[in-house]
Amino acid sequence: MHADPIGVLTGAHFLDGDHAACEGAIAAGARFSAGYPITPSTEVVERFSQRAPKIGATFIQMEDELAASITILGAVWGGVKAFTVTSGPGFSLMMEHIGYAVMTETPCVFIDVQRGGPSTGLPTLPAQADMMQVKWGSHGDYEIIALCPNSPQECFDLTIKAFNFSEQYRVPVFVMMDEVVGHMTEKVVIPPAEEIEIEPRRWTSKDKSSFQLFAPCGEEQAPEMAKAGDGYKLHVTGLTHNERGYPDMTPVVQERMVKRLVTKIRDNAEKICITEQIDIEGADVVVVSYGITSRVAQRAIQNARAEGLKVGSLRLITAWPFPEHIIRAIAPKVKGIVVAELNLGQMVREVERCAGGHCKVKLVGHAGGTVHKPEEILKAIQEVVR
Amino acid sequence: MARGSVSIVVERCKACGFCVEFCPSKVLALSDAFNSKGYHPPHAVTPEKCSGCDLCGMYCPDFAIHGYRTDKPAAAAAEVVKESEDAC
Amino acid sequence: MSTPIVSITAPENPVEDFLRTDRMPHIWCPGCGIGTTVNCFTRALIDSKTDLDKLSIVSGIGCTGRVAGYVNLDSFHTTHGRAIPFATGLKLANPDMTVVVYSGDGDLFAIGGNHLIHAARRNLDLKVICVNNLTYAMTGGQTGPATPLDVITATAAYGTYDPPFNLPQLVDAAGAVYVARWTTFHVKQLARSMAEMFKKKGFGFIEVVSPCPTLYQRRNKMGDALDTMKFYKQVSKIKHGAPTNEVGLTKSGEIIVGKFVDRERPDWTTMMNAHLQQELGEKYIPAEAPVCS
Repeated sequence: MHADPIGVLTGAHFLDGDHAACEGAIAAGARFSAGYPITPSTEVVERFSQRAPKIGATFIQMEDELAASITILGAVWGGVKAFTVTSGPGFSLMMEHIGYAVMTETPCVFIDVQRGGPSTGLPTLPAQADMMQVKWGSHGDYEIIALCPNSPQECFDLTIKAFNFSEQYRVPVFVMMDEVVGHMTEKVVIPPAEEIEIEPRRWTSKDKSSFQLFAPCGEEQAPEMAKAGDGYKLHVTGLTHNERGYPDMTPVVQERMVKRLVTKIRDNAEKICITEQIDIEGADVVVVSYGITSRVAQRAIQNARAEGLKVGSLRLITAWPFPEHIIRAIAPKVKGIVVAELNLGQMVREVERCAGGHCKVKLVGHAGGTVHKPEEILKAIQEVVR
Repeated sequence: MARGSVSIVVERCKACGFCVEFCPSKVLALSDAFNSKGYHPPHAVTPEKCSGCDLCGMYCPDFAIHGYRTDKPAAAAAEVVKESEDAC
Repeated sequence: MSTPIVSITAPENPVEDFLRTDRMPHIWCPGCGIGTTVNCFTRALIDSKTDLDKLSIVSGIGCTGRVAGYVNLDSFHTTHGRAIPFATGLKLANPDMTVVVYSGDGDLFAIGGNHLIHAARRNLDLKVICVNNLTYAMTGGQTGPATPLDVITATAAYGTYDPPFNLPQLVDAAGAVYVARWTTFHVKQLARSMAEMFKKKGFGFIEVVSPCPTLYQRRNKMGDALDTMKFYKQVSKIKHGAPTNEVGLTKSGEIIVGKFVDRERPDWTTMMNAHLQQELGEKYIPAEAPVCS
């Protein structure tokens, strides 16, 4: 299915990441957003609030992130594609409803423009320190999908991808930006609507007596979708429930239901994991990075190669589910993996886990507030190679 | 001659006593019988006084009882029940 | 004209059509008033001729929150305190739906308090039914924002000294256009109030004072549910239009019931559409109800 032209500003633009993400959401078909202002994400919804009245969309600024994060879920069940946007402190507030979205298999998108933390931290400065939180921040066992753009263009493209994944797997999907990517202004090319692939909502065609809102379908193991108002008498609850949606709080159903919420993502991980792999074949060292740090790592790798070092790059475009299979394949073949991230060690833990001791894993961490210097990453590459 | 009657879903009853107390014609009382949960469900002790007003049904928190008109065909009965409600 | 006596097999209880009978019996205690309010809700839906396919019910967490699971409607059992924002999204996405929020005193006024007042402030077109059993019943009867003074609860072993909210006053002050209170004794009036509220655009609120015989009444030696219903009958006074600041509840004092507020104010969607139409003219494209495509 193609994008609805009404939302698509075809052409070349000079946009920052926040604005590009908003355009991505609109191109993907989002027609509802509920937000709450928080630096450095606010521009995403500010732009949406301006665009909405001219494209048949609705924006409402809610009283807090607790409200915003569930208002979008209500809108989804009312039949539209919806998203919200936030940063660290707001993200923390949204955790309960992220869990609710997972449990009720509500397709939606959350954009987190990461900033320095913890707590109020550095509202106007970057970090990438919510990476574990996006996976584990809500209580209980669950899987989500998280994508990391490293440019305003990717903010546009990956936000569309996020909506598409959310509809395909009936799961909340996260666009993990950071303050630099959000506020850097670059060329963003928005294609014609007919060239933008959109995943439509998987509306059921089953009749009212046979449709089950939580019965898995297809390879995705994700159920088909319905909306309120069509006579299906849906029941949606955060309690452990059966395929009909009725609460069924027993270990048997817990096992069946919660396992499926997890396996629908894990079993499809290879399809969901998008990475950018450069010069991995024959590399002595691979640098793993994502988001803004990957732009710095690019320079460090360039410099390392200029010194004759065989360095490859693995950029995580999908951070979750973590591309375990790729790390497992790389680790036995390299001397070491350097993980550069704008935090004190988050995704590196996944790399270490999957490397399984087959190679050195070196973190180039950073407490946040600014981006790495290429020299820091180069130094780590040189140490690993020795 | 009774204008109405009650229908009781014995297994749902939890013997709260609302229907007995608030029946305007005092038709009901808790019986000596037990349902499988050990509650005494109500029964009509003066069924001839039942007007079919369905106040018992409105009060019952367990959807275990309701009243209905017996002296008129169903469609007209619904209207009459409504009339009697406004009079209550 | 004499009508022949015909033998009629008992017609079904009108409430049955509205229940998920495959989930009966429900979990509510003997004498709990929540089931009674569901009868009134059913009657109100029948009387107001609401299209049931176009009505959704949203609830929070708590004993009253379980109503969503038992009624045969598009129903959403959401998180604690957040039924109203969920309902907001549902309503705004699909303006043709009637959206009812059915939840308890703790869910709506403590954790959900902020959302309640903002929704009332905005006059979002939501119909809120608040069953007030004066406690957090599901979790064992702790003090809640509506618990009267000098009452024993699970977290006030020596009696409460937390002054409670006066629910109609708060909602009135926040801007609701319809505010009423009844008790579970007033079944007819409650049903009528609900029907009235369903037909009125804007933020509507009905408080229903209800027994919690297992926890609230038992801890305070106030008898069983029937005693409580008789108490409601005895101490209730119908005062339509009473100033809401005068209707606060106490442990054993009078319960003022009736329709307190019924005013006109444009609802949020109407205001939004009017304003954007004015500012943007032809460029304004209002959101349409979504279709499955």
